[in-house]
Amino acid sequence: MNTSVVQGSAAKDSARMPATPRARQPGRDLRRILLYTVLYGGAALFLVPLAWMFLTALKTLPENLTYPPTLLPKIAQWQNFKVAWTNYDFTLYTYHTVFITGTSMVGVLATSSLCAFGFARLQFWGRDFLFMCVIASVMLPFTVTVLPLYIIFKDLGWLNTFKPLIIPAWFGGGAFNIFLLRQFFMTIPRDLDEAARIDGCSTFGIFWRILLPLAKPAVAVVAIFWFQTSWTDFLGPVIYLNSPDKFTLAMGVYQYASDVGAAPVHHQELLMCVALAMVLPSALVFLAAQRYMIRGVVLSGIKG
Amino acid sequence: MALAMSSPRSAARRALRRNIEGYLFVSPVVLGLLIWTLIPFVTAFYFSFTKYDLLSPPIFRGVKNYQHLLHDPLFWQGVKVTLGFTAMFLPLSIGAGLAMALLLNQKVRGIGLLRTAFYIPSIVPLVATAVLWIWIFDPDYGLLNDALRALHLPAGLWLVDPGSALPSLVLMGLWGVGGGMIVFLAGLQGISEEYYEAAKIDGASAIAQFRHVTLPLLSSTLFYQIVLGLIASLQYFTQAFILGGVGSNMGAPLNSTLFLTIYTYQVAFSYTQMGYACAISVMLFVMILLLTLILFGTQRFWVFYGDRG
Repeated sequence: MNTSVVQGSAAKDSARMPATPRARQPGRDLRRILLYTVLYGGAALFLVPLAWMFLTALKTLPENLTYPPTLLPKIAQWQNFKVAWTNYDFTLYTYHTVFITGTSMVGVLATSSLCAFGFARLQFWGRDFLFMCVIASVMLPFTVTVLPLYIIFKDLGWLNTFKPLIIPAWFGGGAFNIFLLRQFFMTIPRDLDEAARIDGCSTFGIFWRILLPLAKPAVAVVAIFWFQTSWTDFLGPVIYLNSPDKFTLAMGVYQYASDVGAAPVHHQELLMCVALAMVLPSALVFLAAQRYMIRGVVLSGIKG
Repeated sequence: MALAMSSPRSAARRALRRNIEGYLFVSPVVLGLLIWTLIPFVTAFYFSFTKYDLLSPPIFRGVKNYQHLLHDPLFWQGVKVTLGFTAMFLPLSIGAGLAMALLLNQKVRGIGLLRTAFYIPSIVPLVATAVLWIWIFDPDYGLLNDALRALHLPAGLWLVDPGSALPSLVLMGLWGVGGGMIVFLAGLQGISEEYYEAAKIDGASAIAQFRHVTLPLLSSTLFYQIVLGLIASLQYFTQAFILGGVGSNMGAPLNSTLFLTIYTYQVAFSYTQMGYACAISVMLFVMILLLTLILFGTQRFWVFYGDRG
């Protein structure tokens, strides 16, 4: 039964019926209508919160506190963004976030690709065991290591500096990234390495001049995933940074939310402005790099 | 190749060289695992047997922390909240992600647009997600109650009511289900059309096709997602932390969102009892380990690994 040949693509789209002639069936049309309703209705529902965030940000305070609610702002209050942004030093927080994301990303890209190359191409004692350990580390809960790490960073005098958020990234850049790059390296034919070696290329040269340029799409995936991770990181900053002059964007938004929540009048419109400012880069990077990200998921079978 | 014929000694030297080279390449992650994972992991166990306030050196006190734990109602509240949340969130998020992927894995117009719409909430930073949903859940002015009132349905108190706070967090988490959906979609698209053709010829119904073709061929992806989802939801922290911070009370309302992670944070940083906090986190680790092992044990009954490229 497994090799029964089905001619052409007659049943290509999932008409979940036994192979009957494709007459127009009313049941089939109904099914399509239902499918489209569910899919487009669901998609709209998923986008409503984001739209609401945007609309809230553009309204005045009284507009946000009326019932029945007004859908659109009477006059779009674009100056809300400026007010919210300058209430706290969000420009400084942005610099900090860019700095942390940038410097840690260099470390992630450099060291994860080196390690992935080692695991994909080099023969050394205990390689597969080490690789297993790297993969298994994904399953180790961070909750059990986070307190001792805090103590270690405290003893090193790294608390309230960006070091805890940057330096660990220079140590392999996370098991997920190593796994993803290794998978990609393994799809590149070994003939290329052999040829380069015969031409007198060193091992590092093979990595740097042959494999890494070919792996650009996978490196891009790692870069995008890391951007999303580091840009939005909250757990690290909330534990390691404690003074406002060291805050990242995530911490700034959190602080803003706490203060708005504690104030007698909740300025939701301003809070939504700073939250949106944080969403925007993530969303833009995603929209620009969507194709790469989905390829990354396909390549690794796991989400970052 | 000519070199391979040379003396055994130079062969040994080359083997050594090759090993050193290999270790140099992977040294970042090996050192990283040692410094940032293994050492903290071991010291967590050590600290869990001590009294440590960060000011004076840790004092060894045996299993006292663990004894104390057994009689600490807040610890048990943490266990209840953590397990309760996971029991609600994990099946719903896996089910919803899978259902969405199945719906999208058909010939539909505007597939790219739909995929983006479902996926985009999952890339919204957690802080922004939490802040946005606290506003949506606002009992007086929030969008959710506005919508319910417009439909003449009873409005809820959501995050403010101890009875509904946890389900509200589940709902908020389900907004980000697109991340899992993309993984399932990738898995579904890896299943060869031939299997479905063959099943159709045998007269298999849609349900039979799902049970006997889709599910077995997707089971390894499913298993992996369940394992990662389990580990992640048992360590749920950020959203609950922000909820507590904005409401100025950790675990609010009435400790109904006092996850073990939140309680650990509180004990560690509000009361600076590092030893006791480590004991709680070790217990959470043991919980995660046991549940993961049980999950791995069920694997042979339903996860199918053969026949995939």
